[in-house]
Amino acid sequence: MTRTPDSRRNNGSASHAEVTASASDSQSGFVGNTLMGLMPFAVGIVLASLLHFVLPHVIPGRAGPYYSRIVTDIGIAIIMAVSLNIVNGMTGQFSIGHAGFMTLGGYMAAFMSYYGSMYLWGSAETHGGFLGTGELLFVMSCISGGLLAAGAGYVVGLPSLRLRGDYLAIVTLGFGEIIRVILQQTGKVIDNAQALKTGGLSQMIPPPVGGALGFDDVPKYTNLFWVYTILTVTLVVAYRLKRSGLGRAMISVREDEIAAQAMGVNIARQKVLAFVIAAFFAGVAGGLFAHERGVILSPKDAGFQRSFDYVIMTVLGGRGSITGVMLAAGLLTALPEFLREFEQYRLIVYALLLIIMMLVRPQGLLGIHEIWDLWPRRRSTSLPSSTVATSATSSPEAR
Amino acid sequence: MTCTDFQSMRRLIVFMPLGLLSLLTSGCQPAASSSPEIVIGHFASMTGSEATFGQSTDNGIKLAVDEINAAGGINGKQIRLITYDDKGDAREAGTAVTRLTTKDGVVAVLGEVASGLSLAGAPVCQESGVPMVTPSSTNPKVTKIGDMIFRVCFIDPFQGSVCAKFASEHAGLKAGKAAILTDQASPYSVGLQEEFQKAFEKLGGKVVTKQTYQAGDQDFSAQLTAIRSSEPDVVFVPGYYTDVGNVALQARKLGLTTPLLGGDGWDSSKLGEIAGSAIDGCFYSNHYSQEDPNPRVQEFIKKYSERHKQTPDGLAALGYDAARILFAAMKRAKSLDGKALAAELAQTTNFEGVTGNISIDGDRNAVKSAVILEMKDGKPKYVTTIQPGA
Repeated sequence: MTRTPDSRRNNGSASHAEVTASASDSQSGFVGNTLMGLMPFAVGIVLASLLHFVLPHVIPGRAGPYYSRIVTDIGIAIIMAVSLNIVNGMTGQFSIGHAGFMTLGGYMAAFMSYYGSMYLWGSAETHGGFLGTGELLFVMSCISGGLLAAGAGYVVGLPSLRLRGDYLAIVTLGFGEIIRVILQQTGKVIDNAQALKTGGLSQMIPPPVGGALGFDDVPKYTNLFWVYTILTVTLVVAYRLKRSGLGRAMISVREDEIAAQAMGVNIARQKVLAFVIAAFFAGVAGGLFAHERGVILSPKDAGFQRSFDYVIMTVLGGRGSITGVMLAAGLLTALPEFLREFEQYRLIVYALLLIIMMLVRPQGLLGIHEIWDLWPRRRSTSLPSSTVATSATSSPEAR
Repeated sequence: MTCTDFQSMRRLIVFMPLGLLSLLTSGCQPAASSSPEIVIGHFASMTGSEATFGQSTDNGIKLAVDEINAAGGINGKQIRLITYDDKGDAREAGTAVTRLTTKDGVVAVLGEVASGLSLAGAPVCQESGVPMVTPSSTNPKVTKIGDMIFRVCFIDPFQGSVCAKFASEHAGLKAGKAAILTDQASPYSVGLQEEFQKAFEKLGGKVVTKQTYQAGDQDFSAQLTAIRSSEPDVVFVPGYYTDVGNVALQARKLGLTTPLLGGDGWDSSKLGEIAGSAIDGCFYSNHYSQEDPNPRVQEFIKKYSERHKQTPDGLAALGYDAARILFAAMKRAKSLDGKALAAELAQTTNFEGVTGNISIDGDRNAVKSAVILEMKDGKPKYVTTIQPGA
């Protein structure tokens, strides 16, 4: 039976299916598994396109763009919160520099798409229609933003090997602030395509990304389709990670580092890996944010205020619960908009609601559970979610 | 397909519609329809670190709205103002403007003070064809976004050149050497600094040292020591009043007696309270002076103080002017359609505002004068007015 790294990454149930399949026909079983593995992506992309094409037309009046925008912001917030949850919820580290990764990735993505467009098409206007060349450049930019952020995640993850709790929090806080101050030192955006082509490489030092004013004029490619397609990828990866041996090992680090180490879990590797994965998705989300209409990416975004927004979402959602964090991210993004009627008391009401929610459910909206665990009928048939804690001990074996 | 496969599939499918959930709960109210009133929008930082800016501007706008409504509104229609807070956050600013222009269906948008936030809101207005008038965003980029975006304040290059001109020509200064202390976190400060340096060097001056700080810093002694050793004739500090107050205090403590010079970010009654006598003899450029004997200025100050129980600062005056210029254009316009209104706004010439006579030029910027104020006994005193193009 061929056991590729790909199939290993699948969740526990898939590998179980693999065993049964190998008994009959290994070849068709592998193809079937691959197809099954791709199914969630297909479903997600179909839903994303539905959202993209249908949503603006079902809202009466002229309010379409407004609600589309809120739904876009919710999507980006979910990507951010779910990825942060890999570090804070699953691995039990405390990072408050997530917006730093987002902003770093956002600047990288904006840099690529802005100067890419300038170089290729001579202007920073959006180019090509739906799925056109412009959007291709945009997606590539977002991915490279994610890769740069992942690299930074590796660097920030390293100190977490020696530090934990509050001390690590300070390191991640410092990271966000460093990004903010470095970005303030950058040069002016070059808005002349001719000067750009003749100027040579020296004009790229320091990177011309706008300094304190922020990076404006970035082509506005972000739409519901791309946000929700990337959201799908984030969710599938987060979910499969949680159910995989790797994820179990991460959870074991959260539950008890010494016990995990005694069982053979490489703690250092799990922590750094969590940081790298989370930073990658934060970087991609930053790319989406940078290309959103009516947004200017500025160094201020890397500061701790925005990081705290995402920390609140993970805490409110429940540590390690993907659906809980999604709910919290959606709620906390939409809430300030629906509280606009309160005018200047809006943020007081918002903070008050946060306090009430934390008092009523200190373990978060869903605690360590996922949303389907709320249906008691399913608990007996499926793998009980209470294995989350006990899996800590069995995870080395799963690996 | 095995049983477990199927279950995990179903779980994954549960994930996807969750994003839709909040949309469904949000409900879809119909947008504001045509009514006997005219709705205008204002987006501002009513909370956050720049809250006083948003509140002053909003107070100024409210005064103008009250006046026009008391006078019978525009062609018999009353004005209704919707103000949204953006927390000083660009993303929120974009969302607030989107809501104003689509869901609320406003005919025009006023705001923002900070250029960075205006730059976030302006593309939304431009795209939805709703005219936007910013009371006090001085960055040149703002009105370059498109033909729907206007401003009623002067722009950074003008303010920078006013300061440079004043520094090199005022009898008490005659500065040949200037030091610059910039807040590097603030686009306003960085932009003004660049323009000042350009203009000052053009006039034959020399910038001897450039130092930076971050808004909120408490200790400026390293920068001020460097400035002292470069022996400038004037120190240009284009920051906001809280930091400028501390800079002045520490400069005097270090024995640096050179006059400080700044822009409209100094304009706050708090400046005198923070710096006390340390700021005396320092100058800043501003949009208007409360001491201006012009009756329309004095009338505005009287009405504003009655309505809001405080003296109006420059931002309140600009908010008031922005709203009044908008109303004047509405009165002239044949329809309140975005294009017609924008065309009328562009026609504004010699509008008698509190902050001077305002004309809108071809780039939709205001052409107007700036005043120079000198701090004396903790209070700004009028020194001179500098005309555009002079």
